[in-house]
Amino acid sequence: MTSVIIIVAIALILSILYLIFRIGVLSNVMKGRYQKIVGTSNTVNSFLFIVVFVTGILAFYLSFMSAREHFLPEAASAHGVRTDLLFWVIMAVLTLAFLITHAVLYFFPFMYRFKEGNKAYFYPDNHTIERIWTIVPAIIMAGFVVYGYKEWSAITSPAPQGSEVIEVMGKQFAWQVRYPGADGKLGKYHYRKIDAINEFGIDFNDSASFDDFVPMELHLPKGKNVHLQIRSRDVIHSVFLPHFRVKMDAVPGMPTTFWFTPTISTAEMREITKNPEFNYELACTEVCGRGHYAMRFLVIVDEPADYEKWKASQKTWASLNAEYVATKAPKALQDLYLKEFLPSAGVVDTTIAAPIADTAKVAAVSTHDAHR
Amino acid sequence: MSAVNTSHSSADAHAHDEHDHHDLPWIRQYVFSEDHKYIAKQYLVSGIIWAIIGGLLSVLFRIQLGFPDADLTWLKPLLGEWIQNGKLDPEFYLALVTMHGTIMVFFVLTAGLSGTFSNFLIPLQIGARDMASGFLNMISYWLFFLSSVVMMISLFIKTGPASGGWVIYPPLSALPQAVNGSGLGMTLWLVAMVFFVASTLMGGLNYVTTVINLRTKGMTFTRLPLTIWAFFITAIIGILSFPVLVSAVLLLIFDRGFGTSFFLSEIYIGGEALHHEGGSPVLFQHLFWFLGHPEVYIVVIPALGITSEIVATNSRKPIFGYKAMIFSIVAIAFLSFIVWAHHMFVTGMNPFLGSIFMFLTLIIAVPSAVKGFNYIATLWKGNIIFTPAMLFSIGLVSFFLSGGLTGIVLGNSAADIQLHDTYFVVAHFHIVMGSASFFGMLAGVYHWFPKMFGRMMDEKLGYIHFWLTFIGVYLIFFPMHYIGIAGFPRRYYSWTGFDAFNTFTDLNEFISIAAIIVFAAQFIFIFNFFYSMFRGRVSTLNPWKSNTLEWTTPINPGHGNWPGAIPHVYRWPYDYSKPGAADDFIPQTVPFSATPESNFPHEKDEH
Repeated sequence: MTSVIIIVAIALILSILYLIFRIGVLSNVMKGRYQKIVGTSNTVNSFLFIVVFVTGILAFYLSFMSAREHFLPEAASAHGVRTDLLFWVIMAVLTLAFLITHAVLYFFPFMYRFKEGNKAYFYPDNHTIERIWTIVPAIIMAGFVVYGYKEWSAITSPAPQGSEVIEVMGKQFAWQVRYPGADGKLGKYHYRKIDAINEFGIDFNDSASFDDFVPMELHLPKGKNVHLQIRSRDVIHSVFLPHFRVKMDAVPGMPTTFWFTPTISTAEMREITKNPEFNYELACTEVCGRGHYAMRFLVIVDEPADYEKWKASQKTWASLNAEYVATKAPKALQDLYLKEFLPSAGVVDTTIAAPIADTAKVAAVSTHDAHR
Repeated sequence: MSAVNTSHSSADAHAHDEHDHHDLPWIRQYVFSEDHKYIAKQYLVSGIIWAIIGGLLSVLFRIQLGFPDADLTWLKPLLGEWIQNGKLDPEFYLALVTMHGTIMVFFVLTAGLSGTFSNFLIPLQIGARDMASGFLNMISYWLFFLSSVVMMISLFIKTGPASGGWVIYPPLSALPQAVNGSGLGMTLWLVAMVFFVASTLMGGLNYVTTVINLRTKGMTFTRLPLTIWAFFITAIIGILSFPVLVSAVLLLIFDRGFGTSFFLSEIYIGGEALHHEGGSPVLFQHLFWFLGHPEVYIVVIPALGITSEIVATNSRKPIFGYKAMIFSIVAIAFLSFIVWAHHMFVTGMNPFLGSIFMFLTLIIAVPSAVKGFNYIATLWKGNIIFTPAMLFSIGLVSFFLSGGLTGIVLGNSAADIQLHDTYFVVAHFHIVMGSASFFGMLAGVYHWFPKMFGRMMDEKLGYIHFWLTFIGVYLIFFPMHYIGIAGFPRRYYSWTGFDAFNTFTDLNEFISIAAIIVFAAQFIFIFNFFYSMFRGRVSTLNPWKSNTLEWTTPINPGHGNWPGAIPHVYRWPYDYSKPGAADDFIPQTVPFSATPESNFPHEKDEH
């Protein structure tokens, strides 16, 4: 019933609008307004450009000032401070160019609106002016290129020796991180070794795998270089650490990297933002499917000492999944690394393998459905 | 060479043309027409229909973004199963975003813009009876129609249309396990694009051939209106870049259907490891953007051409720096082929490539700036008449400048790390390519409507349409820069899951309301368009007092365009307000010998 009333009301409003339009047209015809080349609308339109420009610039200023409070806090990484500066320097130049060109673009229509008896100035070209306004932008662009190139090559240079290596892997629809453990070396992986338990596809033929650990949060040491090893196991994702100005795609089959230096710990950032709840976050910025918007992962920046303490407190993945590893690793390595974790050390229980394959399927299906 | 001969034909040939015109069965006249003017109208109306659909899709996802907590049960009659418990399905949200992009970029701003105006204006402005191949031209439209039908069907299937973004990056677009839209929806998308590219190629080859071969006597390249230059260069870009998209699409079809591994490698999904190894998803991105970047110029250059013509006519002044305008178009077109990887700074591509592409990208700012300055210089000391077409043209210049400027910061790879795939990018390209091209298209419709339908559109409605749309577009896209600076990623169904992006709810609501108003305002145009087609004031021969050739045809030109011989051309198209001349315009068909009072010393008729 209500929808019928709405439809009737809309039809009524539209027909009234149409009648007003018709009457307007007919009265214009009667008054002979269509005989004139240019009517009063011309002046009105030209004046509106001035109105739009003035209110527009005012709105620009006010909206920017009020939007600023929601911008990200100061960059929490060494390079981020520099790219922010780069951004704002370029934006300042661009804003100036925007204001000048638009002032002219909106004032000329008003100044040179049609006037009876006026004749436009026949001015087809002027090579001097054209040369100037080709060369000036070219010089400014050259400046931007040099400035940008300097920053870009510093950011993308090879990671310094001794950086903290951390693996970040994207999957539908979550991030996972892996630390190399005491040996400072990430164990090998292969995508065919992935199953519901071994989400990374860690290869336990490689002894470096045994001390790797897989925490539920990404911890970073303040003031140390962090070297992210980024990959994906299904579709393309993109690692985005907004507060650190870090972004790099996670591509299946093509590992990528990004190194940076966190400079502000979580605790310090809580003070800077006056928000005791503040947390750094990792997001996905390459569309990856249904749960793209929900790939949040917690990031914590610790003081170096706290970071080392935290690292020491982490249990290795192999020790937490000793029975699984027992079915995958060669006997020699098991004896070396897993003795203390296995109930029957060194004895491979062949019955474990079959149920794992089943749970793999079930778990995969359920994680897939969890986001529906 | 017979085609060339017809173009210079005498009255006999004309009589023959008119004869044809009356004899044609209605299906050849109104459906499978070979008349470029009729094909142009077919493209235009198809483009308008697609624009309404594309706009409606954007309103739907803006409702989701602006009012994330709203109960959307009222949309159930329209969206059916895509609304569950009053909420929009997140996958359908992605499908909406994807289809909005695909429809607007390809179906509206490529087919609707180039298809309409290249077809309509090339023969009329260069003085030809029709396109070089009317038959190919007809096929071109009907392939586009076929492509439209296939794409339209994909909107209604159960698994939904393609939903991996308009850039359809694999593996997401290759694996139905990854997202439902990559099933049948993606197949239909790919098929539709193959037809679409075939259509574009036929159109493009026709435009290029026609411009090169069928110009009337005296119509040298340096006397071509800038519209024609723009269409000509656009067609060349299209011919060179669209086939690359087909190759990418074809390889993707192989990966999807025949088990090849061009773009897929080391994937574990849906509980199993796939057999693909050694492919590269980044290769697809290179192929896609090799078309994708020239594509944005395919979209915007015709709009620039159209507005150059309109700004000159309505300022009653020659376009400033005619040759510089041509050089800029050519330079932009050339550079458009060697900047594609600026879309890929953070894909893991070699950083050295990133520096090269930053350098090449920023070079484009120079010819673009020249174009902007030349527009402004054309307005200077003009005697400006604000027709709706002129208003939309000035709007285009504004968008081209403000959107182009933000491109400079995005083109800087170091700054792009943070901005890539945020709303800053969305704001940038919607202003510089989306809105600017739309405004060029609307300007073109307002300006050439009298030539298309022999009637005038209502000016007052045009003014209301312009101001609402112009202000509205800025209200939508200007605040998006702020949201982008705050780091909000694109293609997010909702931001509330993140502490960092849990702000700006008011601003998103504001943007959505502005978007709905702008969408509604377009119906003023649509009413004006269809109403004026039948009941508008009858046009005069040359309503805008323009110099170009199309205004020398009858009010309703028949097949063959000119009833008598095709007029000859003696001068460039921008002799407006020439000193000494009695009137403020001298059409291209007036020989110098007829205007001794206004000729410059070097201006003599050649014989």
